[in-house]
Amino acid sequence: MNHFMVFTVVIPMLTAMVCLLFGRDNLAIKRGVGLAGVLATLGAALYMFGVAFDGAMVVYSMGGWQAPFGIVFVLDRLSGSMVLLTNVLALFAYLYAINGSDKGPYFHFLFLMQITGVNGAFLTGDMFNLFVFFEIMLLTAYVLAIYGSGAERVKYGTRYVFLNMIGSAIFLIAVGVLYGVTGTLNMADMAVKAAAVGSQDAMLLRSGSYLLVTVFAIKAALFPLYFWLPGTYSVAAAPVAAIFAIMTKVGVYAILRSTTLIWGADAGFVTGLVVPYLLPLALVTLALGVVGALAATRLRALIAYLIIASVGTILTGIGLYTADGISGALFYMAHSTLISAGMFLIADLVREQRGAAFGDRLDHGPAVRQPVLIGMLFFIGAIVMAGLPPVTGFIGKVLILEAAIDSSWTMWLWSVFLAASFFTLMAVSRAGTVLFWKSQGEPSEDAPDVGLRLIPIAGVFSCVLAMTIFAGPIVAFTDATAAQLLDKTQYITAVLGGAR
Amino acid sequence: MTMLIIVLLPFLAIFPVWMVGRRNRFISMLVAAATSASALVALATLAPAVMSGEVLTSSWPWIERLGLELAFRVDGLALLFGILILGIGTLVIVYAYFYLHDDDPIGSFYAMLMTFMGAMMGVVMSENVLLLVMFWELTSISSFLLIGYWKHLPAARQGARMALGITGGGGLALLAGMLLIGHIVGSYDLTTILASNELILGHDLYFVALVLVLLGAFTKSAQFPFHFWLPNAMSAPTPVSSYLHSATMVKAGVFLLARMHPALSGSSSWFVLVTGAGTITLCFAAYVALFKHDLKGLLAYSTISHLGLITACFGFSTKLATTAGVFHIMNHAIFKASLFMSAGIIDHETGTRDARVLSGLRHSMPITFGLATLATLAMAGFPLFSGFLSKEMFFEVAFLSMDNPLAGEIRGYEWLFPVLATFGGLCSMAYSFRLIGDVFFGEENPDLPKHPHDPPAGLWAPVAILVFFCVAIGVAPFLFQGFVFVVAQAVIGGPAPDYKIAIWHGLTPALGMTGVAVVGGALLYRNWRSIHSFHTRFAPISGKVIFEAFVEAAVASARRLTAWFDNGSMQRYIATTIGFATFVGFLGWYQLGWTPGTLDLTLAPPVALIPWGVLIAATALTIRFHRKRLAAVVMMSVVGLIVSLIFIFFSGPDLGLTQLSVEVVTILLILLSLYVLPQWTPRESTPRRRGRDAILSCAAGLGVGALAYGVMTRPQQTISDFYLEKSVPEGGGSNVVNVILVDFRGFDTMGEIAVLMVAAIGIVVMLQGRRPVRPNDVRPLIEERFPVMLTTTTRPMMALILVIAFYIFMRGHNLPGGGFIAGLVASVALIIQFLASGKTWTNKRLTVDFARMGALGVIIAVCTGLAAFLFEKPFLKGGLAHVHVPGIGEIHLASAMSFDLGVFMVVVGALLIIIKRLSEYHGGDDDEVESMKDRR
Repeated sequence: MNHFMVFTVVIPMLTAMVCLLFGRDNLAIKRGVGLAGVLATLGAALYMFGVAFDGAMVVYSMGGWQAPFGIVFVLDRLSGSMVLLTNVLALFAYLYAINGSDKGPYFHFLFLMQITGVNGAFLTGDMFNLFVFFEIMLLTAYVLAIYGSGAERVKYGTRYVFLNMIGSAIFLIAVGVLYGVTGTLNMADMAVKAAAVGSQDAMLLRSGSYLLVTVFAIKAALFPLYFWLPGTYSVAAAPVAAIFAIMTKVGVYAILRSTTLIWGADAGFVTGLVVPYLLPLALVTLALGVVGALAATRLRALIAYLIIASVGTILTGIGLYTADGISGALFYMAHSTLISAGMFLIADLVREQRGAAFGDRLDHGPAVRQPVLIGMLFFIGAIVMAGLPPVTGFIGKVLILEAAIDSSWTMWLWSVFLAASFFTLMAVSRAGTVLFWKSQGEPSEDAPDVGLRLIPIAGVFSCVLAMTIFAGPIVAFTDATAAQLLDKTQYITAVLGGAR
Repeated sequence: MTMLIIVLLPFLAIFPVWMVGRRNRFISMLVAAATSASALVALATLAPAVMSGEVLTSSWPWIERLGLELAFRVDGLALLFGILILGIGTLVIVYAYFYLHDDDPIGSFYAMLMTFMGAMMGVVMSENVLLLVMFWELTSISSFLLIGYWKHLPAARQGARMALGITGGGGLALLAGMLLIGHIVGSYDLTTILASNELILGHDLYFVALVLVLLGAFTKSAQFPFHFWLPNAMSAPTPVSSYLHSATMVKAGVFLLARMHPALSGSSSWFVLVTGAGTITLCFAAYVALFKHDLKGLLAYSTISHLGLITACFGFSTKLATTAGVFHIMNHAIFKASLFMSAGIIDHETGTRDARVLSGLRHSMPITFGLATLATLAMAGFPLFSGFLSKEMFFEVAFLSMDNPLAGEIRGYEWLFPVLATFGGLCSMAYSFRLIGDVFFGEENPDLPKHPHDPPAGLWAPVAILVFFCVAIGVAPFLFQGFVFVVAQAVIGGPAPDYKIAIWHGLTPALGMTGVAVVGGALLYRNWRSIHSFHTRFAPISGKVIFEAFVEAAVASARRLTAWFDNGSMQRYIATTIGFATFVGFLGWYQLGWTPGTLDLTLAPPVALIPWGVLIAATALTIRFHRKRLAAVVMMSVVGLIVSLIFIFFSGPDLGLTQLSVEVVTILLILLSLYVLPQWTPRESTPRRRGRDAILSCAAGLGVGALAYGVMTRPQQTISDFYLEKSVPEGGGSNVVNVILVDFRGFDTMGEIAVLMVAAIGIVVMLQGRRPVRPNDVRPLIEERFPVMLTTTTRPMMALILVIAFYIFMRGHNLPGGGFIAGLVASVALIIQFLASGKTWTNKRLTVDFARMGALGVIIAVCTGLAAFLFEKPFLKGGLAHVHVPGIGEIHLASAMSFDLGVFMVVVGALLIIIKRLSEYHGGDDDEVESMKDRR
């Protein structure tokens, strides 16, 4: 029995509930329980990654009910690596949080529930179960977004929750239609059934499919559905914003999974469903994300828009629908998730040490109290995030650029990528010079030191460094992942068995 | 291995010099200098092989799929640049130690310098072109930091950003160019690329690739029209200017031209673009340099001009021309670095760099005077100095290029080359005269900021070493000929030309051109004032202003676009989202056409028509009254009730029951919230927007309706048959809905109850530390006025309802019911108490911590699932044990039940958390209620 897959959901859920049992106080205990939960989940994720690494596909049936009747968890290279990424990120965000950003009675509960939702969404092989985990994510994220209160957070949180509720409604409609046409909720089974749908039902199938991709696109923050993101991310508490970095990736994952499994090759009337649309929309997303970053007046808004740009970059790679393109996108995804989280943490240090009057506003304000340390962290982070060599962002971008060299979109893709890189460089260097070089006034004396919060940031940087040094094997892995994704029969056979 | 060490050494020294620099400036300097000196020694060990014509390469794998290797190469060209980078680097490190003030942080300075040095060595030694691009961008970044070293100066910040923008942007173009070349050739290895000249030239993408690579080279080497970042980079400390911005980094561009020369040259595009850019830059910059008063500004433009000269050489592309190019790279690096250092000394000792203020320094600063004069003569190209030799060669090739076969589109204008070359030489001569004449000759200016005197040896010794080479090369060129030719071979990609570098070649055209340049330059300097006043009549065109304006415009339009598009209007976001979804929904039909379903429609019985009509009417009325909250809620509750009825009508008693209880609880919660909201809201949207929304929502509604219609008019072939079949034998219950909830899809339920807990906690978090901002028309909650009837009936009823809840819970597995519904019913029993008896009364008696109860519920449900592990069954595998209890009937004990208990606890817990919190939120300490009454 490979129970470990359940553990990535059950451990954080149980520890979350245990935190709730400790009521409104007992901060130290909750920190401990939470840390234990985060570490144990990471352990399970690591183990799973090890299992999936060689290309094994493991299916776990909840309650012993076989697919397509019961709910299954499916572990393959993609889900394994996404869960690992999530929990590495969670550890960093949590380590940052327990150094003073976790005040308030329910933070630990919510944080752990967030991980629960994300892990489940990556692992599930059932459409409706995906909806359930989306709901866990959505509601938890909403509460986390407004955590710590403040008019701004409530305002943007409302925006977040409304737009995503609409997404949930569309999800239900779409799943209803797909269930009506295919008669199943299991993704692998849906892939089989959808491919066999006749012309009689094809238009329902296609409409339902488009609607479902739309929901995933909302989660991924694709143009023109990303409005919920910039505000919410840019005002959320630092560890929350950091863990949010994985949330758009859940949408990206869902797009990638569904458009290779259900709406990929040989899928009857929904073959290559989004192939004509995804890449151009992704390029627009990238462009507008960078435009937003250039326009940003606060550091965290800048990072939030760069997250949108990174979604554009990733989906461009995926939109090529070639092994190389997807592989590059996966590499870039891991990079951008880690560094966006890291940058939010760094931005928090900047905000704190510049004092309440200026915060992270990109204005001539006081310097931070530890200019050398924070300045260096920002500088390294900015290089990574802007995709400058020699680190991961550059490698990922080059992978995608190279993958696109034979596509019919090469001209557009290259132009947008290079222009976007240029303006990102401008935006980031402007922000950096204003914050760290152009200071006036005294830094706030009572702001806390960076202290132990350096650990999670250093952790992010170490991951980026490791990803750079071991880029060769990692790219070999993402290549294998892409190959596994493009061969949907492996997934279908694993879930439904050879006979089906 | 040696090659890797050479590149890595400077990087490894970054942290040591930085950390040491905080404690001891001198040791920091020693470490830095020792690093670059030892790298130089390591390079020297490779020199003999290179001089014998070998190309050394070695590589380590990195990212195989990308064709990106850690591959290094040392040939003549790399050797020349390596010597310049490490040699001049060592001198600059020493110089900087004496130059920088004690309060300038020297550790970080050396750290940045080491970064740059490593990156630059990487550029010149890369065997893989992608690796080259990576190091290339790294030089831009380190240059950015070094220009901004004195960050308190606004000019430094701007200059740094501009340099990064221009050279970094060029780097991106270079990346694209290299990717294209790699695509054409099929490899990123230089060895392969350099051998593929014909393949590349014949490819369709050649021109694009060439332009992209040239953009990289021209931005880095400050060729017109990208030159302006370089003068603005002069805010950097002088050691930086001398090292990066004259000797090495700006040479990366011409290095690239030289490096790619064997692969990319040989076409008329190359000839026209490279020679054109080079000659224009040469003349333009030399002319501008004439009128610069700041010594560093003058030298910056002179650098640009000389880079133009080198570029032009590579453009001419003949063997002799490329030899002239590499020779001038070497000469220029040496004399210009020494000149910058001299300018730095003057600045350091007099406090100014303004040529209009400085005068007659030859008396007070004799050593500086001597060194600067010798270096200037080399720059001007006087015989017996290094500059003369390479400039003479340049004149020669400019003259010879009059019949270059590659002239292409510019055929007929080739005579311009020697003319422009001579003009450039003339201006160069003039500004050299001015540099020496104005600064060192004439009357001594007594009003200088500092009293001038010669600097300590630490400052002038590095200059002296460089000047020694200027003279040595000039006097004994034959000593260096072999080396220059080895370098040239790497650029030519073949044997060196049959040429002898010598001072005297006889009466050649080049000599004539030099003669014109010298005489003309002298005349120009004599009449400098009148020419200057002529020059100043024209408004200067500042690249800096244009660039800043460009960036500002980009930011401004980005702001406008973002403000217009992402304008913060929720209505717009929702409209976009729903509009998009509606669009893609219809897209499916549009593409495939609407096909009607095959099932016959059921005739609606009249009794069904009535609720149907009510449903539509209630929906319409909800919209009509949406600004009056209470009325809208009432109408919505009607909608909910009809939906419950529909469920029951279609034989879904479980669903009907659930819907009904959910409806009741929801409406109760909404009613409680209405207390703190205004009773009505003002009209907030314009008629136009309402029109848009009406159209959108009608389209969306019709679309969803059509989808539902489409699904329902088709025969279903779903997995539900399986559930019906297995429910009793394997699920152990005849109520299939409940079995699905707790068994088949118990995992979903587990997730949903967790959501419920999050929602409840969410409301607590949302209302944390808040008091309602009471709008004027909100009625205060008055505790005492509770209808006696309600109060007295609800209390006994509570017990009754709880018993019913228990009953519903117990029978759930076989008949409509179950934990979820039971939980809702039980909650209603408790919620009614809040309504009937008020929160004070109820809270006093209801002291359960519902958060704990809910959490416990989830834990029970999850642990039920985990218990299956004990039996080596998968998560949530149910265990069955039927027990017959008299009066209730057969019940299922064991796992499904305890799971359902968890569900029950969560539902009650979550709802009661919300109710309690909402009731507290209403506030209501009595004083407040009193004051509210008073106000009324």
